[in-house]
Amino acid sequence: MTKTKTILAALAAGLLASTSALAGDVRIMWYSDGVEGEVLKDLVDRFMKENPGINVILDNVSYSVVREQLPVQLEAGDGPDIARVTNLKAQSQHWLDLRPLVADAAYWDENFGAQADWMRPDGSSQISGFMTQITLAGGFANKTLFEQAGVAIPGKDATWDDWAKAAKAVAENQQVPFAMALDRSGHRLTGPVLSYGANYIGADGKPAPLDQGTKDFLKKFIGWIEDGTMSKDVWVSAAGSTYRAAADDFINGQLVYYYSGSWQVPNFSTKIGSNFDWVATGSPCGPVNCTGMPGGAGLVAIKYTKNPTEVAKVMDYLAREDIVKEFSERTLFLPAHKGLLAKGLDFKTDDAQAKEALNAFVAATGSLSDLAQKLPGWFWSDTFYGAMVTRISQAAAGEMPVEEAFTRIDADIAAKVKDSGL
Amino acid sequence: MRTHNSGKSSLGALVMAPIHFLMGILDAPLRWLQRATGIGGMAAFFLMPNMLIFGIFVLLPFFINFAYSMTGGTALFLPDRTFVGAGQYARLFDCRSYLDPGSCAEDTFWTAVKNTAWFVVLQVTLMILVSLVTALILNRDLAARSFWRAVFFFPVLLSPVVVGLIWKWILQRQGLLNFGLYGLGFDPHVWLNDRNWAFAATIGVSIWAHMGFYTLILLAGLQAIPKDLYEAAEMDGTRPARAFWRITLPLLMPNLLVVVVLVLIRAVQIFDEVYVLTGGGPGTSTLYLTQYIYETGFAAQLRNPGLAAAASILMGAVLVVLTLLQLGLGRSEKKGGRK
Repeated sequence: MTKTKTILAALAAGLLASTSALAGDVRIMWYSDGVEGEVLKDLVDRFMKENPGINVILDNVSYSVVREQLPVQLEAGDGPDIARVTNLKAQSQHWLDLRPLVADAAYWDENFGAQADWMRPDGSSQISGFMTQITLAGGFANKTLFEQAGVAIPGKDATWDDWAKAAKAVAENQQVPFAMALDRSGHRLTGPVLSYGANYIGADGKPAPLDQGTKDFLKKFIGWIEDGTMSKDVWVSAAGSTYRAAADDFINGQLVYYYSGSWQVPNFSTKIGSNFDWVATGSPCGPVNCTGMPGGAGLVAIKYTKNPTEVAKVMDYLAREDIVKEFSERTLFLPAHKGLLAKGLDFKTDDAQAKEALNAFVAATGSLSDLAQKLPGWFWSDTFYGAMVTRISQAAAGEMPVEEAFTRIDADIAAKVKDSGL
Repeated sequence: MRTHNSGKSSLGALVMAPIHFLMGILDAPLRWLQRATGIGGMAAFFLMPNMLIFGIFVLLPFFINFAYSMTGGTALFLPDRTFVGAGQYARLFDCRSYLDPGSCAEDTFWTAVKNTAWFVVLQVTLMILVSLVTALILNRDLAARSFWRAVFFFPVLLSPVVVGLIWKWILQRQGLLNFGLYGLGFDPHVWLNDRNWAFAATIGVSIWAHMGFYTLILLAGLQAIPKDLYEAAEMDGTRPARAFWRITLPLLMPNLLVVVVLVLIRAVQIFDEVYVLTGGGPGTSTLYLTQYIYETGFAAQLRNPGLAAAASILMGAVLVVLTLLQLGLGRSEKKGGRK
């Protein structure tokens, strides 16, 4: 009997060991828009040479895995040890507090404190991670098409209407299929909506019903899709809140003006090369301001890790100034590190267009509205974005009038708030 | 000769030895079990492994899913969720008119139901017609008949994701079809942005991808029909159309019945290739029920597993009805055959 018990205990122990992380293993879930996965691999390899007791496993996944599968893993109390995530605030209850674990919490507060609130529960002083990149939504114009059409590129304070008019003139002249495109994303839609004076946040901190500013831009936007100024392909290409980008149309020279964001710079630099000239234009102006939307991806530690000490060591290493500098310069990403931003960066590219575009985005950070800076840290941002994308797509596809879409957006958001029990 | 035989038998004995040994060990307890439980008990004993697998992987998830459908909130674990009774079902059925999805609280669910219903009616009808015609053609004495059979079966071997991607490359704005049309002097058309064409494309692609399998089942049925029946009919001067209605179709009915039910069930569950091809768009014109369940339960920013579970239970109920229909028709077919 004792022998049987011993065998069963050994089997159970073996089973447990096979299903849990080995001591010293740190698993990172990572997605890439460009070359950042390769750069991170170099950095991680160096870390493992310096720290032979820690084995860092890099799981390169698609963005949709981070958006759709990671949340389910986290809800189940599972998942990687570290993850690169964009939906930072709404999942902040799953992040590990690194404050007692990192070597120098003051260094983290000083250099990454400005965005710390984006990734921690409200009212907490937790250190959850750091932004691997700060992004800013903004526009890109195909300069070659403008020149060939003999149309002047609208200036710094040009409005959305100015851009629509100019882009349409170029598209007609150059016989390209799309004048303008805006990614199928609520985040992207929010920049122009805010420039029309919108406010998503109610007095109680929960989502407010759509206001006049939001409705004004959304009506204009759907009107542009209907008259062919704005690419219909991107917005009607899926149901629900699925993300779709129009980057390939811009890269293929089929699009005159593309509203996306700073993360496209390395992508364009690599894929467009010398095929045509392009420029970053910042965000067009609305009646109230010329804001874009800030955002980015953060690297966060997951609180379900079996190896928190090792995780903190990896995070300390990746957040080091010299490592952030190398990562940002090689990936052409704007860093969040305050000290590094003050010292400046030398982006590793021979592409003058890319350097100029990055500078344009840095300059555009000066025109961000207060609300735009607040939204990345607002719990309900993604709920708002999802509802807008779903219903605006339906209106753009002709399934419902725009006024009904507005009613549905409000109802969808109210239902989500009710479902959450918050 | 004798030596060869004895070598063969000694090899057989060697191979069978462990089996005989195992049987020897099992023999006594099994005899005891049969004495204790009778023949019925033995049947249950031998069915138990399968029933256990069925219970763990089908029945248990069904009951867990049902339990989820009675809960609300966004938490994933059942104990963390709040009991709402039939609240999720009430939400799904909260409609002024079931024929107008726009009048429902969960309009997307009813849009998905409507789309799925249309898809099932059109796809099942066309799938059976196309599979039957293909099977009839492939049953004839064609040149390179095996090659043609392989050609029609090949898409069945492809992953649904590959099927979706292939057709996306063909149908998209700058796809192969528009390239061909442009070459022939026609205006290109954005097929997947057009509600009707996108819907038609999902039907066409699913038929292309799966018809090979159903054709194969029907072909097997056609080949089982005795040739002498046709010869006798021909001697009596029966026209080919009459032979088809009076000989082929009645004798093919058991196979046809299996195909109808399989196609129906598969059509209700349509998801993968459509998700890749259209993503449910344009708008929600190709949003089918499984995609609605997936997006509600997993892909939405604030997931609602309870609502997704309730929708999947309703879909499950439809599938149960279809399966019962198959059983009922199968039984009446057998009775008809006996008469």
